[in-house]
Amino acid sequence: MRTLEQTTQEVLNLATKHFQLPAGSLAPEDDFFKKLGIDSLQTLEMLSRLENHFGIELPDYEVQGVSDFKTLAERIQSRL
Amino acid sequence: MLDLAKYQSVGAALKDALDRFAREVCLIEADREREKERLTYRDFKERAHPLAKALQDAGFSAGNRASIIMTNQSKWLISAYAVFFAGGALVPLDYKLTPDEQWQLLKHSGATILITEYPVWRQLSVSAGRASASVQTVLVTEAPSNAELAGAKRWEEFRGQGEPAFVPRNRSDTACIVYSSGTGGRPKGCMMTHENYLEQCVALTSLYPFWPGVRYLSILPTNHAIDFMVGFFGLFTCGAAVVHLRTLRPEYVREAFPKYKITYVSLVPLVLKNLQKGLQARFAALPRGKRKVFNALVAINKMLTKSRPWRISRLLLKQVHEAFGGELRAIIVGGAFTEPQTLQFFYDLGIPVANGYGLTEAGTAITVNDLRPFRADTVGKPLPGMEVRIMNPASDGVGEVAVRGKTVMAGYLNDPELTAETIVDGWLMTGDLGKFDKHGHLQLSGRKKNMIVTEEGKNIYPEDIESVFEGLPVKEFCVFAANYIWPKRSMTGERLVLALHLEQGQPYSDELRREINVRNQRLLNYKRIHGVVLLEEDFPRTASLKIRRNVLAEGLSKLDSATAVLPL
Repeated sequence: MRTLEQTTQEVLNLATKHFQLPAGSLAPEDDFFKKLGIDSLQTLEMLSRLENHFGIELPDYEVQGVSDFKTLAERIQSRL
Repeated sequence: MLDLAKYQSVGAALKDALDRFAREVCLIEADREREKERLTYRDFKERAHPLAKALQDAGFSAGNRASIIMTNQSKWLISAYAVFFAGGALVPLDYKLTPDEQWQLLKHSGATILITEYPVWRQLSVSAGRASASVQTVLVTEAPSNAELAGAKRWEEFRGQGEPAFVPRNRSDTACIVYSSGTGGRPKGCMMTHENYLEQCVALTSLYPFWPGVRYLSILPTNHAIDFMVGFFGLFTCGAAVVHLRTLRPEYVREAFPKYKITYVSLVPLVLKNLQKGLQARFAALPRGKRKVFNALVAINKMLTKSRPWRISRLLLKQVHEAFGGELRAIIVGGAFTEPQTLQFFYDLGIPVANGYGLTEAGTAITVNDLRPFRADTVGKPLPGMEVRIMNPASDGVGEVAVRGKTVMAGYLNDPELTAETIVDGWLMTGDLGKFDKHGHLQLSGRKKNMIVTEEGKNIYPEDIESVFEGLPVKEFCVFAANYIWPKRSMTGERLVLALHLEQGQPYSDELRREINVRNQRLLNYKRIHGVVLLEEDFPRTASLKIRRNVLAEGLSKLDSATAVLPL
């Protein structure tokens, strides 16, 4: 079982790869809308990648209103 | 043509439809690749009547208000029908609002019943706003068996015994209270009458007809005027079916088109533009030879469909149409302005985009592109029964768009002053600027009002987001739509700016900028400000010390927008 820290790190790594950013450019508290300049649709695409990676289903309502990696990792952690 | 003249209410028209189309499928609900539900009109009635009876048993009667805060799903529509059947007025609220905002609107609406989903209720039930609202009964769908319901009842168990009694309403009675804005201060609850919906439904289906067998993919939230009409009321009165997806991930939306043979879908411009980008990338990746053939076919299609859409497009561009299921007749786009090149792109592929122009206050739509012929640079002609005028046009013909017709709301709930400002001598003043071309098509060219509309179809009023900057260590501040200060002839790329008046001698420090940024982050991403304008004079105020926004904006307009707006 992953710890929350591990999950957070994996979320950050995956987002970094997905959006082709230099390693280490994202932090847990970052607002992904602002930092990545993405819209709600691109966020959904990122969620799908995260679901595949963690092997979980993350219902849309669970991520409603979430805009930072840390909270996103917590929601994922609760479903692992 | 659809005839609803004999009906006095939304409930009466729906009630008849449920019997008339009893065997037809009215609703399909899917979650990812799993189909969760497929209901006929008869099934739908069997689900809705026990709920209507239970509402009546609980004392819910004519004119009482019930609110729905749910994502798009079968229980949304079943609940709405039960409310109409019992003579109630519906208050559909956006599930994406914060709990505080939802409670604020619930309180303003006077709703006594709230129907919602468990994840929404989990947040609402612990929000402080609950204490002041008039909600007496809360029904929660899909709550886990061991869930703490905080005083709510399970929707699935809220069932009355025996048949409910249908409660008739008059055309002039309020059918829905729809909030067009006002989460930050002055709620704008549009009182939509039964007549508004009945008339709008006839007008819209005269241009874009529905019939049993039509499948409409519901993506816009059902509380939105377009989805409520096209994905529920209009659809049901014609015996067609709605497809609800519980997950709006692009891959599942893509799959839904061929899987359910979708006939119509409604999208906001942002999604349409993304769809365009995706298709363009795929076309660009075709091998050179294939790409040449494809481009030639598009050119032929363009020529053949110049004056009207033609089904031949489906043969010429078979693969494109098959990706959309092969049955797609039109994409309905709404909620915000769509760029002409996006509309043209789809039309050239033989997929007409029904773009139009509407305001919650005027029903679903005021104008719609009737495709006779298709004109990407306009928002179409006024719908049948709708009068549209350009008030005080300038020399280029541009003026404020005003609307009159049977689909215009009765007024704003509990706000006669705002109603009188908005509806003048029977004309609804839209605050949008436009002109008619020589063929009678409306061309929009900007806004007169202090607001922005995002590509996701979100209306943002500056007053609604100011509370987040309350307590900022400055002398005074005010949020504006940049277009309102520096009008530009455009309906896209709209931004919000924060006007700041600092204390005497106070510098615009990094610390202050950081503080603004932190507060800005608390807003949902589409509500955030994009820059700051510094002012050295006191803001003009009324006798009651309210900021005179129009006078302040006039003063700001003298500044050069290119240099005056400081990025955050």
